[in-house]
Amino acid sequence: MGLRNYVDKIKPNFEQGGKFAKFHSTFEAFETFLYTPKRVTAGGTHIRSYVDMKRSLISVVIALIPCFLFGTWNIGYQHFLSLGADATFWQTFGYGLLKVIPLYLVSYIVGLVIEFTFAEIRHEDVNEGYFVTGFLIPLIMPVDVPLWMLALAVAFAVIIGKEVFGGSGMNVVNPALLARAFLFFSYPSKMTGDNVWIAEKADAYSGATPLGTIFDGGSVSELPSLADMFIGTIPGSIGETSKIAILIGGIFLIITGIASLRIIIATFAGAVAMTLVFNALGMTAAMEVPFYYHILMGGFMFGTFFMATDPVTAAQTNPGKWIYGFLIGAIAILIRVANPGYPEGMMLAILLLNVFAPLIDWCVVAVNIRKRKKRWASAERSAR
Amino acid sequence: MSKNWNLITAPLRKANPVTVLILGICSALAVTAKLKPAIVMALSVTVVTGLSNFIISLLRKGIPAKIRIIVQLIVVATLVILVDQFLKAFMYDVSKQLSVFVGLIITNCIVMGRLEAFAMAHKPWESLLDGLGNGLGYGSILVMVAFCRELFGSGTLLGYQVIPQGLYDFGYINNGLMILPPMALIIIGIIIWLQKPEEDRK
Repeated sequence: MGLRNYVDKIKPNFEQGGKFAKFHSTFEAFETFLYTPKRVTAGGTHIRSYVDMKRSLISVVIALIPCFLFGTWNIGYQHFLSLGADATFWQTFGYGLLKVIPLYLVSYIVGLVIEFTFAEIRHEDVNEGYFVTGFLIPLIMPVDVPLWMLALAVAFAVIIGKEVFGGSGMNVVNPALLARAFLFFSYPSKMTGDNVWIAEKADAYSGATPLGTIFDGGSVSELPSLADMFIGTIPGSIGETSKIAILIGGIFLIITGIASLRIIIATFAGAVAMTLVFNALGMTAAMEVPFYYHILMGGFMFGTFFMATDPVTAAQTNPGKWIYGFLIGAIAILIRVANPGYPEGMMLAILLLNVFAPLIDWCVVAVNIRKRKKRWASAERSAR
Repeated sequence: MSKNWNLITAPLRKANPVTVLILGICSALAVTAKLKPAIVMALSVTVVTGLSNFIISLLRKGIPAKIRIIVQLIVVATLVILVDQFLKAFMYDVSKQLSVFVGLIITNCIVMGRLEAFAMAHKPWESLLDGLGNGLGYGSILVMVAFCRELFGSGTLLGYQVIPQGLYDFGYINNGLMILPPMALIIIGIIIWLQKPEEDRK
């Protein structure tokens, strides 16, 4: 193989003392991107598995592809729908691609430049962590988000959300959601309202999302049909609209064992429970929205399958996962219904519980230790 | 001379009350949305820390150990009321913006911290310098944070438009998060992050 020989030939330049030793991490990243590294771990006991970090992360990207494809098509569909124009499938999809590709370019270029820079400064190997984050970030943005804002959000999320804590796997909160939260609080006019969800829409056409409609005091009867919300032909962030695409990706993640089924079930349970409580109170129009609408509205499903289950930021213990998921669902609905300032409660609920996940785990472990101590003491007593 | 000089310069960098001792964070979050109140606050705290350190140091041999906190508080409270009245008389609009936070200098951890840690055991002149140094160290962080927050949050500095209109026409928007207190915390965090390795190297 010519390429292999070439890589081997230039390799010494990047080793210690070589001409380009400063760029060792960058070289290493591209080499392992092209070829499986020969390096093996030595010493100690290792559990070996084919599901390494590279494979688990690429699985998430594969799981996101249905959302990406549908979202791309939906950008074009919503655009032509608002204009009242007819378009063929490829026109629709092509229009969407033209809108999505710049977002992806900005997300990956900014994110990877920061990742590579930090890896070089720290003399570490570049890892694959950003591939998933970079794929997720455009999917949770409104299509019309200005590119410089996206770049700023990516930089903020990667530096403040991840690198200050020590890079991939060390982060406390989900970096992709942090990017969205940053834009949400920094530039609310570009992240909420009726005008940001459809690319170049006609002025007279209402671009409100289902969540937005509920927020402006609308009732359930004004929402799109359940079928539309399920299939995803509604305005919204790029990747979140189609529940079918999310389910396909979500089931793939569950089968491959990357997403925790416990967290997903618990999140749904929490949301349903909280909605039933509000339905029973029934004081405002927003409180009367039934749970199946809440589940189909906004980013609830997308957040549940792709964000809440992030293995780095979620709770690690099994009972902890139930508590963590349940609270995400319940708090997401609480924020949606009770706080008219923040339409997307799911984002804030996940970020909040990301911060609390280590505490939940700590409590679970402490309770377990106490239980075992008691059991041990009673066993010893009976043995006497 | 160099030892006394050190009393003023150390709190600016390697013994900074905000970034190293992590004291006085609450007011650093509250008053740094705009540059002008931050500067006034920085000067007020400097005056209070300097003078209270000086006065307590003069009194230190006569203060009974059991009631020293009360005596310190009386001195600090008196100085804070003087500062507050001065601001109300001569800089009414800024004093309105700072509102309760001038009064809350009494509870600023830096003031009591320097009294307990330094003034009770050092001579008046040294204590005065230490107080001024710590006030300035606190103030320098306040001004840095307020500079970033006002520039990016409002596009102004000291109330004057700095970011040109052309940029806004181009689609630039002021960053709303900069106005909110969490961003002050993040900026202080970044300052600590940049400062720490440099201090470790020395």
